[in-house]
Amino acid sequence: MATLSLHIDLRLDDFVLSVTENLQLEDVTVLFGPSGAGKTTLLRIIAGLENRAVGRIALNDAIWQDREPRQFIPPHLRSLGYVFQDGRLFPHLSVEKNLRFAERRATRSDALTLTEVITALDLTPLLQRNPTSLSAGEQQRVAIGRALLRNPALMLMDEPLSALDAKRKAEIIPYIARLPQEFGIPVLYVTHNVEEVTRLATRVILLAQGQIAAYGDAIEVLERIDLEPLAGHLETGAVLEGRATAHLNGMTTLSVAGQDLRIPGTSVAPGNILRLRVQARDVALATQPLQGLSIRNILRARILSIDLVEEIFAEVLLDVGGQHLRARITREAVDDLQLAIGQEVYALIKSVAIDRDLLT
Amino acid sequence: MELGPIWISLRLASVTVVVLMLLGTPLAWWLAFTHSRSRAVIEALVALPLVLPPTVLGFYLLILLGPAGSIGSFWVEITGTTLTFSFSGLVIASVIYSFPFAVQPLQTAFEGIGRAPLEAAATLGATPLDTFLRVASPLALRGYLSAIVLVFAHTLGEFGVVLMVGGNIPGVTKVISIAIYEQVETLSYAQAHYLSAGLLTFSFVVLLGVYVINRRIPINRF
Repeated sequence: MATLSLHIDLRLDDFVLSVTENLQLEDVTVLFGPSGAGKTTLLRIIAGLENRAVGRIALNDAIWQDREPRQFIPPHLRSLGYVFQDGRLFPHLSVEKNLRFAERRATRSDALTLTEVITALDLTPLLQRNPTSLSAGEQQRVAIGRALLRNPALMLMDEPLSALDAKRKAEIIPYIARLPQEFGIPVLYVTHNVEEVTRLATRVILLAQGQIAAYGDAIEVLERIDLEPLAGHLETGAVLEGRATAHLNGMTTLSVAGQDLRIPGTSVAPGNILRLRVQARDVALATQPLQGLSIRNILRARILSIDLVEEIFAEVLLDVGGQHLRARITREAVDDLQLAIGQEVYALIKSVAIDRDLLT
Repeated sequence: MELGPIWISLRLASVTVVVLMLLGTPLAWWLAFTHSRSRAVIEALVALPLVLPPTVLGFYLLILLGPAGSIGSFWVEITGTTLTFSFSGLVIASVIYSFPFAVQPLQTAFEGIGRAPLEAAATLGATPLDTFLRVASPLALRGYLSAIVLVFAHTLGEFGVVLMVGGNIPGVTKVISIAIYEQVETLSYAQAHYLSAGLLTFSFVVLLGVYVINRRIPINRF
């Protein structure tokens, strides 16, 4: 596993970024946070595109920047790939020549071939095209392929999907999710979109106001309630993992810890694992099994903790066969139902509450 | 009709173009991307020949390049010849006089490209020189075309500076514009017509060609 060690300080007139952390890069690490948190700046510092930061950056044994003795390795000598928000394909070169540009300057010539990358990203029909004639989604696919051909030790991606609509996002996400496994290149991925975090992240770094507010396993970070004020768009919730078992009537059945969860139809093949983030406000609780409900998803769960939040609410953390789920209910309801830690309850999830934007 | 002035003018314009592309590129690059405070000062200096009367420029150049001037005396020391009233002196004067015509189109072109493609090239492993040759200069092609044509045409048409620094030595510094002036002074209107009409036609054809080509070069070529 690659280790990226960061001891970075950037002081500008209106912005301070200060990050000290040893990141264990495995699969996809998502750098998450509200806009203005410094995510892109941090990524640019790592790439060497922002030279005003002071401190130390090292990927495994390779020192990219150091304070004593002063050292700054320019970007073209760092073994990294960078996918920019806007693709940045060279407009004077065809798609194929854009790819060859990277191939010729690859840091290692052994591992990856042009053919492999073209196949993996389905680029064959685009090769002779002019980059400006491609759709935003196609441009990003080419940009990802181009960065891969550099054959880097680390892939940096700066909101590569932010210019795309939901459908295009869903098309590209699987390509990104496969990169680390298929090519053995860890990815550091910047986004402010919680669905992308859910879908891609193995680990999550939450960056707020230029500081790391949380860093750890994705599922753990995504269910912490104390992070809500820091994360901007992140409403409290939890991530469930399930295995797709069947498609019926436009719905997909997921098996979550032995219980069935029905979600709006996806194209995931039966047997594949899918990750969903369920927001706390979309989960209700019952102490007894209920009949005659329109809600399709009722999971047996055990209460792990009850936290009082805001003035009238309580956040209930639930255990569903080893996985976690959060419910936000009123304090009144907690009292009426006499909910207590360790109690068995039924968690009601509205199927439609599951964001299907990024389901594939 | 004497062909000497035409030959000298074309040679002077060509040499000036080559020298200015070599000098103008790094300066335009620096102006396009620097955050330095001295940028405004340099920009103003580069633009000076646009507003100064050629005689003012020519006067100072004459002093500077003359055997008593700092550059002129140095030149005498290493070559044994004087710079003023020589072709070399004429080249130096033309280069300074046409500086803005080279730097400004190039600077605009580089600014138009911006940092984005350069950063992309760097993250793909391209050295700064590699990035300039393979990414920046092809994208700045229109800027180069404008700069080359403007410098060439401007050098062909210069009069005042040439007269001050180069004088009117047949076969050495007598360029087209000065030949025309001389013919008019001696009332050889027919000769003046040949050269004038020739220069007019040539300039028009070149500019027309540039505008046509400029429209045809899509920025996306490959």
